[in-house]
Parts: sequence; C-alpha cells; structure tokens
Amino acid sequence: MGTTRMFGPRRVNKNVFQRIAGLNWFVVFVIAAIAGTGFAILYSVAGGEWDPWASRQAIRFGAAIILMIGIAVTDIRVWMALAYPAWFTGLALLIAVELIGATGMGGQRWLDIGFMRLQPSELMKIATVMALARYYHSRDFEQSKRFINLVIPGFLILLPVGLVVIQPDLGTGLMIVAGGAAIIFMAGLSKWLFISAGGAILAAVPVVWQLMKPYQQQRVLTFLNPESDPLGAGYQITQAKIAAGSGGLFGKGFLQGTQSQLNFLPEMKTDFIFTVLAEEFGLFGGLILLTMYGIVLGYGILIGIACRSQFARLLAAGLSITLFLYVFINVGMVMGLLPVVGVPLPLVSYGGSAMLTWCIAYGLILSAATHRHVTLAPKGSGLA
Amino acid sequence: MSKEGLRYQLFSRRALLLAGGQGLVLSALGGRLYYLSVVEGDQYKLRADKNRVSLRLIAPERGDILDRKGRKLATNRQDFRVFLIPEQTANSKETLDKLGRIVDLSPRQLRRIERQIRRQRKFVPITVAEGLGWDRFARVNVGTPDLPGILTDAGLSRYYPDGHEVAHIVGYLASPDEEDVNKNPLYQLPGFKVGKQGLEDRFEAHLRGHAGTRRIEVNSVGREVRELPGRQNATYGKHLNLSIDLELQKEATKILGEEAAGAVVIDIKTGEILALASTPTYDPNEFTKGISSQNWNSLLKDPRKPLVNKCVNGLYPPGSTVKMLMALSALEEGLVKPETEYYCNGRHRLGDNTFHCWKRGGHGKLDLVGAISNSCDVYFYELAEKMDIDKIADMARRFGLGQLHNINVDGEKAGLVPTREWKARARRERWQLGETLNVSIGQGALLATPLQLAVMTARIASGRDVKPSLVQSSIEENIDPLLYNGSFGRMQVNPLHLDIVREGMEKVTAVRGTAYDPRRGKTAQKIAGKTGTAQVRRITIQERNTTGVLKNKELPWASRDHALFVGYAPAEDPQFAVSILVQHGGGGASTAAPLGRALLDKAAEITSRPSSRNTFSDTEEV
Repeated sequence: MGTTRMFGPRRVNKNVFQRIAGLNWFVVFVIAAIAGTGFAILYSVAGGEWDPWASRQAIRFGAAIILMIGIAVTDIRVWMALAYPAWFTGLALLIAVELIGATGMGGQRWLDIGFMRLQPSELMKIATVMALARYYHSRDFEQSKRFINLVIPGFLILLPVGLVVIQPDLGTGLMIVAGGAAIIFMAGLSKWLFISAGGAILAAVPVVWQLMKPYQQQRVLTFLNPESDPLGAGYQITQAKIAAGSGGLFGKGFLQGTQSQLNFLPEMKTDFIFTVLAEEFGLFGGLILLTMYGIVLGYGILIGIACRSQFARLLAAGLSITLFLYVFINVGMVMGLLPVVGVPLPLVSYGGSAMLTWCIAYGLILSAATHRHVTLAPKGSGLA
Repeated sequence: MSKEGLRYQLFSRRALLLAGGQGLVLSALGGRLYYLSVVEGDQYKLRADKNRVSLRLIAPERGDILDRKGRKLATNRQDFRVFLIPEQTANSKETLDKLGRIVDLSPRQLRRIERQIRRQRKFVPITVAEGLGWDRFARVNVGTPDLPGILTDAGLSRYYPDGHEVAHIVGYLASPDEEDVNKNPLYQLPGFKVGKQGLEDRFEAHLRGHAGTRRIEVNSVGREVRELPGRQNATYGKHLNLSIDLELQKEATKILGEEAAGAVVIDIKTGEILALASTPTYDPNEFTKGISSQNWNSLLKDPRKPLVNKCVNGLYPPGSTVKMLMALSALEEGLVKPETEYYCNGRHRLGDNTFHCWKRGGHGKLDLVGAISNSCDVYFYELAEKMDIDKIADMARRFGLGQLHNINVDGEKAGLVPTREWKARARRERWQLGETLNVSIGQGALLATPLQLAVMTARIASGRDVKPSLVQSSIEENIDPLLYNGSFGRMQVNPLHLDIVREGMEKVTAVRGTAYDPRRGKTAQKIAGKTGTAQVRRITIQERNTTGVLKNKELPWASRDHALFVGYAPAEDPQFAVSILVQHGGGGASTAAPLGRALLDKAAEITSRPSSRNTFSDTEEV
C-alpha cells in the first residue's frame, strides 16, 4: 500500500518536532478553510461586520486548533489510558447535568463552570468512541464477532444515550448510537447480528414515538410536511429551503442574500448557516464546502486503515463517522431531508461546543495518524 | 492468516464500506442542493422575492369642498407633524417629557401614544403631534439632537378656512376608529384621517381619491429597507362643489350671532341652497386635530346645542308661517273666498275651550288677505272649524312639510304633519276638532324644520315644485342658473289662489303688516314674507287672569317663544326664499323678520354684483 508516501516516513518513536512536522498539514489547512468559510458567513450574517460573531468565532477557532494540534502530538497511549476514565467522567457529568444543570432550549444540556458552559453530551460523543475502541482493542477477531461481547459495549452506549435522551436531546442520543454502532460494525460483529439488530430498531420506532416529547413529535410531523404550517412550526424549514433554492448555481453574491440579510431565515448564524452559504454562493459554494468535509472525513477513515493498533484504527474511523454525522444531520435537516433536531454544522456554525468537540476529535484522529506505527498491547496501554 | 490479520482485513473492508457510505451520503446532500437550487430554483427565487418585496401605500390627496364660486370650504394645507419611532430611543418616556417642554401634550394624548408604543412594532412611526405652527416646528427641529427617536415631517392636513361658518355642512375628519384600522391598509398610514361627519363623511369615496403604491424591500419583521423601482403615484380625490355661497353663508352666521338659530336661503329658480347656517357653531379644525375632552364636553353640555344643525336636525312648531298653507287649503276646498270676512274680538270659543288671538283686543273685521298680513288667529280658527285635518295635511306635504328633502346633510329630519290616521296610530285616540284649531296657527303636533319652511316659501313664491339641493355634481357642470328656470313642474294648485296668498305675504311687510319696517328705503327691493311666533309653553287661564300673559323677557330662556320668519324677494319676480328660526328668540316680527330681510337683501346684493370670476376671466383674456 502506498501508505508510506501518504503519511510520511515510517518511524515509531518521534520527538515533538518530528510529530508536528509529520502532521498532514493539507488536512489541517482544509479544516481551517472550513472554519474560514464559517467566518465569512458570520461576517455576512452580521450585515458585513466582524462583530459580534465572526471575530469571536475566529478567536475560538484559533484556540481550538492549537488544542487540536496539542492532542495530535500527544502519545496515543495516553489517550488509550484515558479512554475508560474519560467515559466515566462523561457519565458523571451527564448525571450532574441532570441534577443541577441549566435549562436551555427546552432541555437541560449544560453545566455552568464559571468560565464556560460545559456540555457533557458533546464530550460523551468522543468518550464513548474512545471507550468502545478501547474495549474492542482487547477483543480478538472471534470474540468481536460474538453476541456476548455486545453486553459491555451496549452499556457503554446506552447508559449515556439514556441520560442524553432524557435531557432531552434526541439528536445527540441518535448520534452516539449511530457512532457506537459504526464501531461495533467495524470491530467485526457478525453481519447477521447486525441485520437483526437493525430490524429490532425498526420495530422499536413506534415505541420511541410514544416516548418522545410533544415538541419532538411535532418536529417529526413538520419535517414530513413543512408546507402545512408555513408560519408556525414549518416556517424555519420553508424559509431555509427558499434560501438554499433561491441561490441558484452561483448564488446571489456575498452579502447579497435576501433571505439572510432581511432576516427571513431562522437561526441563520447557528443551525441554518449552510443555507446562508447556499443562498449567497449557490450550488457551487455548497458543493465546495461538502467536498472539503468529504476530504477531512475520508482522511479520518484512511488513517484508521493505516494504523497498526486496533484502538487507533477504531478511534480514527469511529470519530470520523461521528463527525460525519454532524454534517449529515445538519445539512440534511436544513434542506428538508431530516427533521429539525438542532445539530450545528461543525466549525461553521457560531458556537464553541461543537467546534471544541470537532477539534478534540480530529486531534485524536491526527494523534492516531502520528502514532499509526505504534503497536499496543492487547490489555492496557502500556503506560499504566 | 492470523487472528490479527483477519481482524484487520474485516476492519479495513468495513471501514472502506463506511467511507463509501459517507461519500454517497455527501453526494446525496449535494444532489439535494442541486435539486433545490437548479431544478426548483426558479420557484424558490419567486418565493424569496415574495418574501422581501412589499407594496406600501401612498396616501392620496383629498379633494377640496368648494362653494358655488370655487371658494374653499375644506382644503388641505401644509402642516408640520412630529412622530416618535420607539426603537430609536432608549427611553421613550424621557424623550416625550423633553418634547413636552416644546409641544403641549395632553395626558390623553400621552396615554394614546403609550398605548401605540405597546401595540405597534417598534419601527412604526407614531404620530405625537400634528398641526404644529412653523414656530414650534422649528423649535422641535432645533432640539432634535436631544430628542432621540423624534422625527419631524411636513405633510398635508385638512383645513377649513372658515370652519365655524360651514361646520354643520362639511363636517370634519378624524382618525379611523381603532377597530376599523385593520379594515383598510390606508388607515394604517400615520396621520391618515377619514370623514366622520357631514359631507366629509357622505362623500368620503368621492373626496378620498385612490392610494398610490410603491414597492419596497422589507425584512422579516416588515421594516422598510429600501424602495424598489415601480412607484405608482396616488390619484387626487375629486373636488366637491356645493351650491352654498360662502359670502352669504358667512353673513347668515354673523347675523344669527349668539342665538340658538338657523337660517336657510334657497335660490327659487334652481332650488340651490345658498346658505344653510346654524348657530352656535363649532370649529371643525379642532375635531380634525383631535378635540380635547374638555372642549368636547362643553359642546355637549351647551343648552344651545352647537353640534345640532338647526336647519335640518331641529323640529319646531312653525307657528303662523303655516297660515299660507291653511289659506290655500281652504281656498282649494272652496271653504273661503278672498272677500270672506270674519270678526276677531281676540278670542274664539269651541265648546268649553277658549282659543286666543295673539292680539289681546282682537283685529276687528278682516278678509283673507288681511288675516294673513295681520296674522289673525281667530280668522284661522273660524276656517279650521270647517276644514278637514287630512286635507290640511295633504296641502302641507305638497309644499314640502313632513318629508325628507335629502340634501346630503347629516341627520335630516322629516318633521310631523298630523293626520287622523297618525293620531289613531301614535296615540290610539280620535282626532279632535280643537287640535285642528291648534294646527291652523302652527301649533300642536305640527313640526317642521327651517329647511322645509324655506322650501314651502319657495314653492309658494314660484308656484313651482322647487326641490332643494346642496351638492353640485361636478365642477364642469357649473350650469347657468337660468337654464334651471322652469325645470321644476308647476304646483297642482290654482294660480289665482297662490296670488291671493302672495298678496297677503306682500302686505306683511307693508304698512300695518306684522313685519313692516318703517326705516326701509323706498328703493330697496320689495320683500314678501310671514312672521311666526311659536309658543313652547302652555299659557294657563290663571296666568291670563292674574298677571296677564308674561312677556318673553320675563320668562327663562327655555320657556320663551320661538321666533320665525319666512319670506321671498323680490316680490315681483321671486329669486330667493329665506327661512329664519331663532330658538326661544321671542316674537317673529321683532326678532326673526329683520334677519330674514337682511339675508334677502344680501343675497340680492351678491347677485347684482358682477361675479368676481367673470372679471377674472375677462382680465385674463385681455
């Protein structure tokens, strides 16, 4: 395989400078380009002003990308050692948020820890992937296939999902389930078990419908027929489609979007930011952004394939899938393909939580790339 | 292959599968965007335009109300207004306080403003004050830097140059009712007014014109961002031409003075109403600006009722002015001849009741003409005993009493001409002969408006079925009054009988008539008329026997007699008919007749003058 050229010289032990030099700077550049697209749109949404959004977002991204590189050059064994503790910490925070968390947007989602609002469900998306990768790292081919070995991963997934769903945050819950399922799939679970589990999920749909809160049910119904109530619940999605659709091939031009500049678009600096891009830069701009996401996410899976340790493989590919889910749910939602569940477009939407999650996760992917030649003992990281 | 090898192989296969899935899904998202922006793009472009483009109305300029010579009774004038835009001030209360030092703002206005601040969207201007003079407007403008959110503007507002004189005819404008605001988008324009009273109300559609539109770009809350091309200007409202002669109308208002009174002047040849004055009056400008509750209450409480148009809203016993109709009815029925004489000793007995003549000692022997000119009550009691009330009622109706004339003035009343059938219906009683005697001198149930009495006079004077009118159809049809001559049909009354009545009316103003004016010059036009004094209280036998009938001056205002006069001039070729009513004014001869004469003379003077319009066009053509 041409991995040598693709990932730089084969070397197991590298110093920090070698690790930094060995980063795939092209991918880092693409990530920065995605974030830069976000700044430009935030600048446009503010009516051609850096303040109040674009400037703050840029500062946040600056901090986040340094954190990402820091994570990338940290030894993968550290991350492996932290896998379970991270998961337990995340679970504890989720319980804490349930008990004392602040309420926002109809659900308890964050903890106010003074200098920032901590959203444990965001951290849990990463921690669950780490814990699952850690678990399957210690299971061989035969073990991974077996149903009995779904018990612990089941707990690892369903405990946080349960806590997230009662917040209630159905979107994040689904993302954790889907990300976890992807890891179990890649770890080698028998495909028959997989197919029957899929069938079971389909069968559970009516039960889940009963358990959903009225506003969640309303969102699903509105998604199925947004035009039925253009000024009520369907207003957002209708206006978003008008914005995306009216952009045409090349858009109305930077700062020229009527839907965005005249405030017809809802939530346009956060969840619906993709439609601003599509309105001002058209199909062309939208496809470029999707392509950049494709490069970044595809690279994550390729790293997984290039890694020698099962932990690193599952971590990189699993996080890639988790990050992909953000893009899929957000873009699908604003173009009327999915119900409105409140998932931001990572790096582009205004806000720190999703950006932090993305940069931490991508830092871990890059750490896997840096340490792809490191072999890890089946039991433990070797650091303990 | 080792277990590790197998694990890696399976992982790689499945990871690549998921990578392919990612690629597929991202492509699907791209495809969806293609579908929205290219396949359905045109539809969404249209909808985006529908979102942002909004039509805004441009208020039309209201048409003027003009008198017969084109003088303005109601017009628009530039005035200065102050608006508040709540979103442009941090503290609207403080801004209003500061503004209050320059412009008077009543507590009521402030309450309205506060209500509007709460209800409306924050960028919609609220009218704070209007009708400001230049002086105060300038001071507000100078103070603008200290008055955040205050916007000044010059606009057109309704103005009545001679408001008091024409208030009862033209009416006034007011802001639309709050519950009507949503019925017409025009009503939501700041400062827009609609007709509330009088012709302004009745001819609202004619005067208003049509709103123009401009296309503007709006944001999601409807705020204007900029104007787009494609403006359509408003069309002016049409002018409304009245038959009123402003000069005569002003004269009428002036001579009625402070009395509670009404005066009507009709052009006999055309039926056009030249003056329709009612006093006391009010200023419609005050209503259009928004009258203060204090002024409103004082108008409502005034016993002389300034808001009532006495010419058409007021019903009064016509008193002796009805005697011409009695004479005509008796003549037509053959119950009396011009030379028939009766002896008046001041009283007339009917059964147990005594009916009195206004002249205590009586008139002695009188013929019909003398009975009219002296207004002898006993003569008409004698006639009434032989007459049928239904025949009298028929004659009264033919001369315009007991019916609406529909001259487009608010609250016109039909009055009451009693008949047997009316009495049976309204009172469930039979008609009594004594009541016919009361009606014969214009008392009892008989009620008429000054307008009806003027119409009656015009019909007697011309022998034609004169129909009064106030509104001319349009300015182009300013037809020569002579073309109207003869356009009214002849009255179905023997012309000889009319001559007898007219002779009586001419003698009213001659020596020994009730309205004789010894100071009147020999060259002055000859006037024919009839006085009337209508009792509003019952005179008891006791009063007659003890103190004697109390003089009007000895009575409280509300118990005094109504003074009436009807007349026409010139007597030889009747041109103008007049009717005067002075509520509780005392005697018709002493109070009302001089006013009637003055108005007839003024009307003659105005017509004898070459009209200013003609001299104007002459000089232009030179």
